[in-house]
Amino acid sequence: MAAPLTLLLIVAVTIRAALFRSSLAELIAERVEVVSPITAWKRVVEGLALLDLGVSPYSGDVFHETPLIIYLFHFLVDYAEITFMLADVITAVALYMAVKEYNKQVFRKQKFALEADRYPLDCLELIRSPKEMYYVPLKVAMFYLLNPFTILSCVAKSTCGLNNTVIGLFVFSTIKGNVLLSAIFLCLATYQSIYPLTLCAPAMLYLMQRQYIPVNIRRASFWWFIVQYLFMYLGSLFVLICLSFFLLGSWDYMPSVYGFILSVPDLTPNIGLFWYFFAEMFEHFRLFFLCVFQINVFFYTIPLSIKLKEHPVFLIFMQLAVISIFKSYPTVGDIALYMAFLPVWSHLHRFLRNIFLVSCVLLACSALFPVLWHLWIYAGSANSNFYYAITLLFNVAQILLVSDYFYAFLRREHHLTYGLYLKRKDGSEATLVLK
Amino acid sequence: MAAHRCSRPVWLFILCSLSVFVIAGSHDTTVTHEQRAGVVDDPQTAAETAGQTAEQTAAEERQWEATEVREATPDDAAAEKQDTPAPETVVLQSFPQPKDDFQEELVVRPLHSGDIYASFQFRTQWETDFMRGNKVSHYRLFPKSLGQVISKFSVRELHISFTQGYWRTMQWGQPFLPSPPGAELWVWFQDSVTDVDATWKELTNVLSGIFCASLNFIDSTNTVQPSASFKPLGTGNVTDHRFLRYATLPREIVCTENLTPWKKLLPCGSKTGLAVLLKSEKLFHSSFHSQAVHIRPVCQDWQCKTTSWELRQTLNVVFDLHNSGQGKREWSLFKMFSRTLTEACPLASSSKIYIDITDNPEGEQFELSPATSLLSQAVVLGDRRTFSVYDLTQPATFGSVRSLNLLIRWKSNEGHMLRPLLHAERYVAGYGLQTGEIHTLMYNYHPYRSFPVLLLDTVPWYLRLYIHTLTVTSKGKDNQPSYIHYQPSKDRVRPHLLEMLVQLPPNSVTEVTVQFERALLKWTEYTPDPNHGFYVGSSVISALVPSIVAMDTNNTRERPLFSSFFPCKEESSYFVRVYTEPLLVNLPTPDFSMPYNVICLTCTVVAVGYGSLYNLLTRSFQIEEPSPGLAKRIANVIRKMRGVPPL
Repeated sequence: MAAPLTLLLIVAVTIRAALFRSSLAELIAERVEVVSPITAWKRVVEGLALLDLGVSPYSGDVFHETPLIIYLFHFLVDYAEITFMLADVITAVALYMAVKEYNKQVFRKQKFALEADRYPLDCLELIRSPKEMYYVPLKVAMFYLLNPFTILSCVAKSTCGLNNTVIGLFVFSTIKGNVLLSAIFLCLATYQSIYPLTLCAPAMLYLMQRQYIPVNIRRASFWWFIVQYLFMYLGSLFVLICLSFFLLGSWDYMPSVYGFILSVPDLTPNIGLFWYFFAEMFEHFRLFFLCVFQINVFFYTIPLSIKLKEHPVFLIFMQLAVISIFKSYPTVGDIALYMAFLPVWSHLHRFLRNIFLVSCVLLACSALFPVLWHLWIYAGSANSNFYYAITLLFNVAQILLVSDYFYAFLRREHHLTYGLYLKRKDGSEATLVLK
Repeated sequence: MAAHRCSRPVWLFILCSLSVFVIAGSHDTTVTHEQRAGVVDDPQTAAETAGQTAEQTAAEERQWEATEVREATPDDAAAEKQDTPAPETVVLQSFPQPKDDFQEELVVRPLHSGDIYASFQFRTQWETDFMRGNKVSHYRLFPKSLGQVISKFSVRELHISFTQGYWRTMQWGQPFLPSPPGAELWVWFQDSVTDVDATWKELTNVLSGIFCASLNFIDSTNTVQPSASFKPLGTGNVTDHRFLRYATLPREIVCTENLTPWKKLLPCGSKTGLAVLLKSEKLFHSSFHSQAVHIRPVCQDWQCKTTSWELRQTLNVVFDLHNSGQGKREWSLFKMFSRTLTEACPLASSSKIYIDITDNPEGEQFELSPATSLLSQAVVLGDRRTFSVYDLTQPATFGSVRSLNLLIRWKSNEGHMLRPLLHAERYVAGYGLQTGEIHTLMYNYHPYRSFPVLLLDTVPWYLRLYIHTLTVTSKGKDNQPSYIHYQPSKDRVRPHLLEMLVQLPPNSVTEVTVQFERALLKWTEYTPDPNHGFYVGSSVISALVPSIVAMDTNNTRERPLFSSFFPCKEESSYFVRVYTEPLLVNLPTPDFSMPYNVICLTCTVVAVGYGSLYNLLTRSFQIEEPSPGLAKRIANVIRKMRGVPPL
């Protein structure tokens, strides 16, 4: 397995290196789909330049990255390209190892269930074979590294790639069962962009499952574990925040980073839902809708955790997708991260209802983004509505994709309990519906 | 009805009596006015009798003596004061009499482009202290509205200008008082002011009312505190720029409604003196119009023991007479202002017209009539200029027709202008509505001297500057600024402020470029004409420019030998402020017509996401039982009514 992975890494790095050297790199770095006001490399460089001028980078409204990032690039600014390529490689390897470990557990669980005869007889064709699972980790790494979205994001030097690395490492350490590292990486991810906070729930569910702690609110061990995990998580968050304070000697970064993410003052177009909505919003409703939209991101955590408490890894996938669709400044890099998980659910394909339509829409939208941007901004022959329409369609497609996978996952679970070929009362072939 | 009819004569009577009172009152004031004017006139007549056809210096001296005389006879002044109403006398007796002085002058400079540049200056000086605890309540020459502003807001210096049109430095040379297109306001506050921002906000609103201008649009998003470019021009060496506020409104349109309140500040109004010429229908039919008010404390004597307040009202206008004169190059006061002068302002201690005749020493270029023998030399902006002087306080100036209509008739079209040593221009490069680049070009035309300039750029927050893209190049080489003060913008709070000190090499162009990104604003933040674009105020270039007099290495000119060895002279450099063009930048716009649609559509998408997840979260899979057909259902209902078991 190591050889194909190495080959994949070499190919991925070569593509990136070639693009870095080409004239496309500058063009890509300006694309609003690829960089957001938070993650744009141009703004990181601006932050460094401000620091050199003796001005706090947070005194203006250009730099919105965290103090740790500026500290990191204070040393690495000359090696930025290597850093971003390395970040992608680390993410891919972390996801690869995480999925490998996860597959092992899935297989073991499946074996136990088979031995305990827990599956209905006609479900044998739903059972996953080791042969089919063998290439899944490699596919995950490939989906991440060779996804055009990731490549664009890396070539644009969007700091989103670093976020993805942190989240990748978090997934890896969680699946490996390392509680402390999981808490630390989750805290780093939260520190970078708030929203990964919702990954707390799947991480705790997974780690409890691994340590055979029953998810039961009446059990002391359950609460004890939650306290432990939250202590580690909040403790490292506290350390990070204090560290950032001491790096720059002021709390300016709090409103400039987190206030910026939450209050959405910068309406630069992106692929998300926020920019045009809040550009066209009536001023007195602004706060209300801001709250609604931000709560929307966090809102799904609890019901999803209850529904998927047996399947925390799928819950991670769902949460990542929800974050990347509904976050305030999404970029294609965020989408690339959750799309990397799609091969893990390749066994759900027989239950997907509109994957063809959705993938066509996603492809078409990806192609139309630059076209309509050009028509609006450069040619002047279209207006903002054209670009906005495409972002709407793109988001609808993403929502359909995610809900389709969710549906397929639930359906497979249902079949694994009740059998694949269900019959009606009168013996004819039944169709499953949601009621 | 009857009562109504009766009330009419009563009203008439009241009106009549009122008008009588008013007339009587106005008569009183005119009487005192005449007396005052008489007092002022006295020294003039004394000077007159002393002799008129002397040289300029002698005239100056005499006049100076005359003022001495006036001050030396306090009895006169006291007598005059006795005539004024009683309450004012009481006030006056408690204070020493404030000394005030008013001067007016008009400088006319024929420009090489064939245009005429006329610059009015009205100066009121008053030895008083607005900051004193007890309020100043008696105003004579100084406008009360401005005096109250100074004392209420603890203003140390105030400079405000309204300009229509752009001063073309390369065609017209340097103006006497530069100003950027639109409105400009900069104020130094006393260091006793605690909340400068609140005071500034209030002050702009008050000035907005005084000058009928949109100065109330000055808020934190277009106010900056330059660290080096705007130093106090008066006494006092406060350099803490916390007390300085600077703002420009490049979009401001200047017109009659700004001129009228400006004229009202003059002691003589627009009734007599040079202000008679200020007729808006002519002033605004010009290539360039700029009016300004400068208030500052100045030294009263050479030891600077006492300071007095100086109010300078200036009005600069450039007439394009070449085009409107049907090809004939002829110019006169009447043609330009549709008025002639008949008298000086009686309150003015000096009232003069200067005509720049530097390029016309022998009368070969143009002919000036009526001719005057009074000449004056002054070093203006580093250049030694010669002026013909008309003293309006001398009745002889008006001749036998009792009216002065200056006339210049050109003889030849040729003539070259000395290029200004410092010139600047600015433009936006790039295409599309995403990014752009501001280019500022600064020209140093001095053949062998380099000099430093201070560049001040104020860029609104919606053009997000990237300071790391700042490049300064001259002669193809990188020219590192020796001082950079940069304050990044805050969205919707404050603009970018970029100040830097750049050395301009001799005979070179220095190009300053900086990239910016155009922001998409909220739909309510756009102006009513969003596709017209957004204005970015002029950059300000302040420099100490080597003097042209010092630059003069022309040995052929006749000059005493002792004065020509060292090129450095007392006036070896002079201060110049150059304003570049304001920029007009387009921003991407949302569709203003569809806020409802956008809200509905986006909410729909969010609802699709919410709905599909809610659906999957709350429902469970069940086997679908076929629903009975419609006919069967109706049949079942009927059977139920009949009490028969359903099918």
